Amino acid sequence: MPLIEYREALNQAFAEEIERDPNVVLIGEEVAQYDGAYKVTRGLWKKYGDKRVVDTPISEAAFIGMGVGASMLGLRPVMELMFWSFATVAYDQIINNAGQIRYMSGGLINCPIVIRGPANGGTNVGATHSHTPENWLAAIPGLKVVSAANAYDAKGLMKTAIRDNDPVMFMENTLLYGEKYEVPEGEYLIPLGVADIKREGTDVTLVSHGRAVLTALKAAEILAAEHDISCEVVDLRSIRPLDEETVLASVRKTHRAVLVDENKPFCGVSAQISSMIMEQAFDDLDAPVGRVCSLDAPAIYSPAVEPFQLPTPDRIIRKVKEIC
Amino acid sequence: MPAITMPKLSDTMTEGTIARWKKKKGDTIEAGDILAEIETDKATMEMECFDDGVLTEIFVPAGGKAPVGAKIALVLAEGESADSTTEAPARPEKAAEAKPESKETPPAPAPAVSGSRVKASPLAKKIAAERGVSLEGLAGTGPGHRVVAKDVPARGSARAVSAAAAPRIEARAAGEGDTTIPLSNMRRTIADRLVASKQQNPHFYLSVEVDAGALTRLRQELNAANEAAGLPKLTVNDFVLLAVGRAAAQHPSINASWGGDSIIQYGAVNISVAVAVDDGLITPVIRNADKLSLKEISAAVKDLAKRAREKKLKPEEYSGGTITVSNLGAYGIEQFFAIVNPPQAAILAIGAIVKKPVVNAKNEIVVGERVTISLSADHRVVDGAVGAEFLSTLRKLIENPAMMLF
Repeated sequence: MPLIEYREALNQAFAEEIERDPNVVLIGEEVAQYDGAYKVTRGLWKKYGDKRVVDTPISEAAFIGMGVGASMLGLRPVMELMFWSFATVAYDQIINNAGQIRYMSGGLINCPIVIRGPANGGTNVGATHSHTPENWLAAIPGLKVVSAANAYDAKGLMKTAIRDNDPVMFMENTLLYGEKYEVPEGEYLIPLGVADIKREGTDVTLVSHGRAVLTALKAAEILAAEHDISCEVVDLRSIRPLDEETVLASVRKTHRAVLVDENKPFCGVSAQISSMIMEQAFDDLDAPVGRVCSLDAPAIYSPAVEPFQLPTPDRIIRKVKEIC
Repeated sequence: MPAITMPKLSDTMTEGTIARWKKKKGDTIEAGDILAEIETDKATMEMECFDDGVLTEIFVPAGGKAPVGAKIALVLAEGESADSTTEAPARPEKAAEAKPESKETPPAPAPAVSGSRVKASPLAKKIAAERGVSLEGLAGTGPGHRVVAKDVPARGSARAVSAAAAPRIEARAAGEGDTTIPLSNMRRTIADRLVASKQQNPHFYLSVEVDAGALTRLRQELNAANEAAGLPKLTVNDFVLLAVGRAAAQHPSINASWGGDSIIQYGAVNISVAVAVDDGLITPVIRNADKLSLKEISAAVKDLAKRAREKKLKPEEYSGGTITVSNLGAYGIEQFFAIVNPPQAAILAIGAIVKKPVVNAKNEIVVGERVTISLSADHRVVDGAVGAEFLSTLRKLIENPAMMLF
């Protein structure tokens, strides 16, 4: 199986869907002539032209609004945000327009839009460029939220997201774009709402999504080699819809859970998972649910301190050892 | 080399107390040196060091307790650094001398029990409820001494008591003139095991009065001969043990245990003999008692009882019994009923031989010598008729003691 970069896997997903469905269109700042700020759409404008790959002015409110309207009329726009952090200026379009139209129209109007882009800290771009808004958006009934940890998942999930008839918020990560992973040639789809067990284990369940999955896997490796603790790593892949059963089944097996989350802890995704485990698997817990999140502060800009904000294998190991 | 851990010195031992350190920090240790004396639930035993090195750390001070397997000290070989042992040592659970030595010493962790609430994980609670086991008094090994799943004992084990435990009986607080005696490991083990036995084993009791005339006469004759030969005297109990061994071998359904989903009948008759010691009692075991001669039994009991009182028994010498004999005849007690010694199914309580008027075969009232033997049995294993047949065999043997000398 070819090893390809995360950005290349996404690029394949776009190309395949553009060719499959004439309604699929890529829209965003610099996605066309410049090949995308992070080169995710490289070569697509040249290949498919102005009608399928569209550059926009620097106004998220305007172009996200345009995409939402286009989707209501039958197109399947894939909107790139240079950073998910900039979604805040398009909040009305995303939450009120995209998120509520199907409900408000009594099911008459669908909004099959994908909004995508990097949503991560840890790259020294400052607090206004480093948000991880999957928890903000997953809090809204009507929106779907996806986060892929590797190239294989990114491609399969993106193709499903494009075909989905509801607005899907697709969280990428600039630190993952260059990461290679085995991706089969030819078409495959990964359904939304199905978590993936990235590593099997018996002593504790690590639940995470996005790049935190890789951090959890590193910690699991060290815990197995040096501390004789066997971790099961569950990758949520989709925050909403949420695969509760896979998480609960794993916790019922290991009886312990540590949730690893690049969200800030307050009202983070892991807070939701923690509450779910407590409510639905209380009698199976042999220890309190632990969380390892980003430190609860605006994204730190100082390069000396920044590496300590996101979850690290070391912090995960310490938390696991506290409860194992 | 790995740290020194609390050894498991008996099959029921879950924690031990450091009675005394025989070496101090900084001492050079040679393999074979005695590092410490460990008090278990049964005895005080010496702990040997198996390697040469220097005693660099003592984690649990004298008087402190530690669970089996917990690190209690560190002996490092020459040139070895403490960094090679990464895991944290045991925190002494309770130690009179474990007062913080400096302000940097962290405070002792709170015990699992605060007030009447036992700190336990939800899973541990669920498992305990399923097994019908009480969480009370369990040593929690989780964070903050929380009882976690692996701390919950198996169904039917010594610590297991009914889930629907009776309300706790609170002692009156000690006032002026009262003495509060801390529980020794032995006292606590006796309490745990006998409470468990009384709560879980449906006891029933049978009593039989046995003619001890022949036994008394035979004993006098043999002791006269022994005295002349300078041999130790035989006790009444030696004869009783001889008879119990042979009777139990003939009634394997008595020499048995409740196994939860089965009954285990033991191949050997190993008699536990209750021996009173300073702060409690212990039951050393006479193995294969049915195969031993009177002389061998007598010698074995004398030796075991002496060493029991000196707390010198090895764990294997007080474990593995299959039936117990308790004799209070020496105190003039005529009859009593004992609590079954788990996991066994039967215990015999032997009274004093007393002279009393009896009606003989010719319907005459004569002076008889009688001993009352009482059986307490676990009705899950032993039924009334089975117990009665066993006592009947035992009576015949005691009434015809010469038959047992072959």
